[in-house]
Amino acid sequence: MRIGSAKETYAADTALFDSTTQRAWTAIFAVALVAFPFVVDDYWLYLACLVAINVASTAGLNVLTGYTGLVSMGQAAFMGLGGYTVAILQIRFGSPMLLNLLAGGVVAMLAGLVVGLPSLRVKGLYLAIATIAAGVLAHFIFSHYTSLTGGTSGLTLPPAQIFGLELDDSFKLYWVIVPITALMLLGVANLFRTRIGRAFIAIRDRDISAEVLGIPLLPYKLLSFAISSFYAGVAGGMFAYFFRAVTPESFPLLMSIFFLASVIVGGMGSVLGSILGAVFMTLVPEVLKLIVGWLPLGDNAMLVLSPVRTIVFGLMIVLFLIFEPHGLAEVWRRVRRFFHLWPFKT
Amino acid sequence: MNFDGWLLFEISLAGLGTGGLYALTALAFVMIYKATKVVNIAIGEMLMIGAYLFLAFTSTLMLPIWLAIPLSLLASALIGGLIERTLIRPMLGESPISSFMVTVGLSSILIGLVELIWTADQQRLPEFFPSKPILIGEAFVSPKIFYGFGIALLFIAVVLVTFRYWRGGVALRATASDQAAAYSVGINVPKVFSLAWMLAGAIAGVAGIVVGSIGGVSSAMGAFGLSVLVVVIFGGLDSVFGALVGGLLVGVIEALAGFYLGGEYKILATFGLLVLILMVRPYGLFGTHEIERL
Repeated sequence: MRIGSAKETYAADTALFDSTTQRAWTAIFAVALVAFPFVVDDYWLYLACLVAINVASTAGLNVLTGYTGLVSMGQAAFMGLGGYTVAILQIRFGSPMLLNLLAGGVVAMLAGLVVGLPSLRVKGLYLAIATIAAGVLAHFIFSHYTSLTGGTSGLTLPPAQIFGLELDDSFKLYWVIVPITALMLLGVANLFRTRIGRAFIAIRDRDISAEVLGIPLLPYKLLSFAISSFYAGVAGGMFAYFFRAVTPESFPLLMSIFFLASVIVGGMGSVLGSILGAVFMTLVPEVLKLIVGWLPLGDNAMLVLSPVRTIVFGLMIVLFLIFEPHGLAEVWRRVRRFFHLWPFKT
Repeated sequence: MNFDGWLLFEISLAGLGTGGLYALTALAFVMIYKATKVVNIAIGEMLMIGAYLFLAFTSTLMLPIWLAIPLSLLASALIGGLIERTLIRPMLGESPISSFMVTVGLSSILIGLVELIWTADQQRLPEFFPSKPILIGEAFVSPKIFYGFGIALLFIAVVLVTFRYWRGGVALRATASDQAAAYSVGINVPKVFSLAWMLAGAIAGVAGIVVGSIGGVSSAMGAFGLSVLVVVIFGGLDSVFGALVGGLLVGVIEALAGFYLGGEYKILATFGLLVLILMVRPYGLFGTHEIERL
């Protein structure tokens, strides 16, 4: 049982980890991440990379939607921009991987700035629907600017290279994707210890009040869009390297909804929530596959799987919103509180 | 290339036909929005459910069409009411974004259910429109689109009259204009919420049957809802008049873009229009401009 953590300085209050226990668990988790690739098979490594990519993109969307309160349904489009940028750079110039990823992020960021521009006039759900337009536009460009994007058949990438080493399987890519994602998460976590992050939160809570308090809305909203789409761009770049192909159909509207769902299921305005949400939403379809595989359905199993996935996906959004609106992050906090106070009742 | 006036007229007419259906669906959307302030992105999927119910009543149960239509409308209304009671009611008082996301989840659930029950394959609804082609001047109009437009107009008129004169319609309008005041004069507001969703379900069902009999039904036909979303943003989320004008206009613009530029430009034109209108009038052509106060 842990009783009260008296914080004596402001720095202690804003610290990333507020107790030794937390630091210890984070260290254990980090060690587990390093050990993970050596103990599991290819399938789990594949999932781990996919989860890491989704975590990165979800964290970006959480900055925009969870912390700044601007709902975006264009996250997949920004990922697509990042993915295509990386693919084109890799194929045409063969430039180094990390540079490509950075470029993918920057291109997506610039697009994010443009999409963010109307956010001052257009609010709430109008904005959400306007960002669908960004997705439609991006899809159109991907499939029609054939000379650059390869049209509907898309682009196929050679394996990524880093220091002359070919990253051609999940095991090798893991060592690039997971550290980048960890770095990005650290970035978000620190962002909300700064003036900028707190300005985002103020805008979410009441934008007019925030403006009265001296937070200029347009620059901050644009900044939020820029950060979010930068994250999406980098995640999209990793996506391109991971699947070694990008097509216009790789980044559908449903994918944007997937990230929005991850943010909701994980917990809006929580870094931990971005991780939990993305992990949960990525793994649930796999678990479903297992369950449907166990059921005595015979040949029908594969036929049933896809609709069941769609239904469970929708149910997850709905049930979380109705019964656990603060998402998995809140569940996590409850569990933690239980152990803090144990053996007393919470 | 000489400009063919009749061709333009013909394409515009076809566009108007689709536009009528957009307007009808947008009406269902606006009804829900006005009464409950929920932005229902699942309107396209509710439309799809209506079409599939019709398919079930005619093809599976072999009911005659005159019986199947009212039955499927009744069933879609019930489903609308069910959605309101189970999913929307618990979200009362939550932020508009939360209830919007609930409808996002709902659209997935509905698509999944349809795929589970009827599979994702495209199917045809039984023919019930007369198939004699219709000529207006030199312009040829597909009979399905012509009668579809007629049905859309008819139902729009019915809904408008209902809104104006029926007790329930008046209660709906009262709730839309001021919830607290409606409560205080004895209107059962929660019941009005259910009513709005049931009516919207039925209207979407009508649109679904017509859309399905023009283009067939599939689990992807909810995409129709995307254009409807543009229509309501264009006309203003809470404006019935805006929904009608927006529907017709978007229908015509889509048809023209689709013909003169190519099919894939359709959706681009629609969303281009959306971006344009959001730049100029963020609350739509006829929507109320909400004044924010602290």
